[in-house]
Amino acid sequence: MSLWEYANPVKFMALSGRILPWAAWLSGICLVIGLVWGFFYTPDDFRQGSTVKIIYLHVPSALMAINVWMMMLVTSLVWIIRRHHVSALAAKAAAPIGVVMTLIALVTGAIWGQPMWGTWWAWDPRLTSFLILFLFYLGYIALWAAIEDNDTAADLTSILCLVGSVFAILSRYAVNFWNQGLHQGASLSLDKEKNVADVFYQPLLFCIAGFVLLFVVLVLLRTRTEIRARRTSALLARERMG
Amino acid sequence: MKALLIRDLRLAIRAGGGFGLGLAFFLIVTVLVPFGVGPQSELLSEIAPGILWLGALLACLLSLDRILALDWEDGTLDLLACAPLPMEAAVSIKALAHWLTTGLPLVIAAPFFALLLNLPSAGYVPLVLSLLLGTPALSVIGTFGAAITVGIKRGGLLLSLLVLPLYVPTLIYGAEAARRGAQGLETSTPLFMLAGITSGVIALLPFASAAVLRVNIR
Repeated sequence: MSLWEYANPVKFMALSGRILPWAAWLSGICLVIGLVWGFFYTPDDFRQGSTVKIIYLHVPSALMAINVWMMMLVTSLVWIIRRHHVSALAAKAAAPIGVVMTLIALVTGAIWGQPMWGTWWAWDPRLTSFLILFLFYLGYIALWAAIEDNDTAADLTSILCLVGSVFAILSRYAVNFWNQGLHQGASLSLDKEKNVADVFYQPLLFCIAGFVLLFVVLVLLRTRTEIRARRTSALLARERMG
Repeated sequence: MKALLIRDLRLAIRAGGGFGLGLAFFLIVTVLVPFGVGPQSELLSEIAPGILWLGALLACLLSLDRILALDWEDGTLDLLACAPLPMEAAVSIKALAHWLTTGLPLVIAAPFFALLLNLPSAGYVPLVLSLLLGTPALSVIGTFGAAITVGIKRGGLLLSLLVLPLYVPTLIYGAEAARRGAQGLETSTPLFMLAGITSGVIALLPFASAAVLRVNIR
């Protein structure tokens, strides 16, 4: 029994099929609890008023935007090293989710920034590096779409993902150097005594859990679709041959 | 290796090789900017470092698909793959040839184009220095992009989509060094960062480019 067993598409399909409904329900419950609690049962902030509540969408999506890329990096590495097809397909399936998460983070940030900073957009390091991350996602997806042969596409996108990760980190620090920020520092971290005030913190945790589970559900669903699409094309090819 | 370099240089300089195309593009960008933003000389001298860097970057981008596309079409790449020369060395030579035919002319021409944009006199040395340090990185990163898209028909647009985000750090430090120089500030920090990026990229990226090319040739 090891993790690598699930590189076998049949085993992967069986396991993911069993996990999927549970994860979907759990994610829905977490999101409903977190969002309803956050939107309707927390007090307005002293200075920010009700706009503070956008944190329940902004923070989890921003977290996921980065973590989805990390997941793609890991699955790309697994593909390059061990050549498990499920891994490459999972990376392919995750990219559009990542791009949507990045977009949600950017848009909710802009909606919050308009009343608070007085501007929709500022060339702040965090904002800028998210925009660059968005471009990386676009390039990655476009490369998948442009190549017909599946294995070649998987190889090329994996290498692009590796190189892109290095450059994404480089850009992150370069933009820091280039302009000082308007964006506040991290409001959540594990090693800090005090994070956001507890009233806001607890529903936020539910929202983050909900977003993580939502991502798991979507990525499993999309990977299953990709596997089925592969099987279909294999069957069609066999039919043509026979 | 030397033979490959000489061959690439000769092909690039010959008619139809695209030599001078980047330079002409750079000139046009520089000439068009004052039409776009107006001829006030203070404004121009303020934005000159950024415009020159951006122009150099775009001129570089314009010629990227020529690095490998022709060799891919006529089968030279297949021969190179079979040659005793490792693929990493071959792509490095390709990048070097691209820099010699595109990057270096840009560096040499930049001070003259800077005259058109009224760059303050303190800015010339940092501008040339930053371009000299930065353009090799542009060529090497561009070779990686060209290697990824070489198998794709009409991959030019995809090439720019892939390569432009990778150019961000180089552009930031390069333009920052040139801008600080123009304002008479200390330029060593961005120049060091730029040199770091360039040497890191020269050392590591040929492996990625070669891996990608092997996949494409397979």
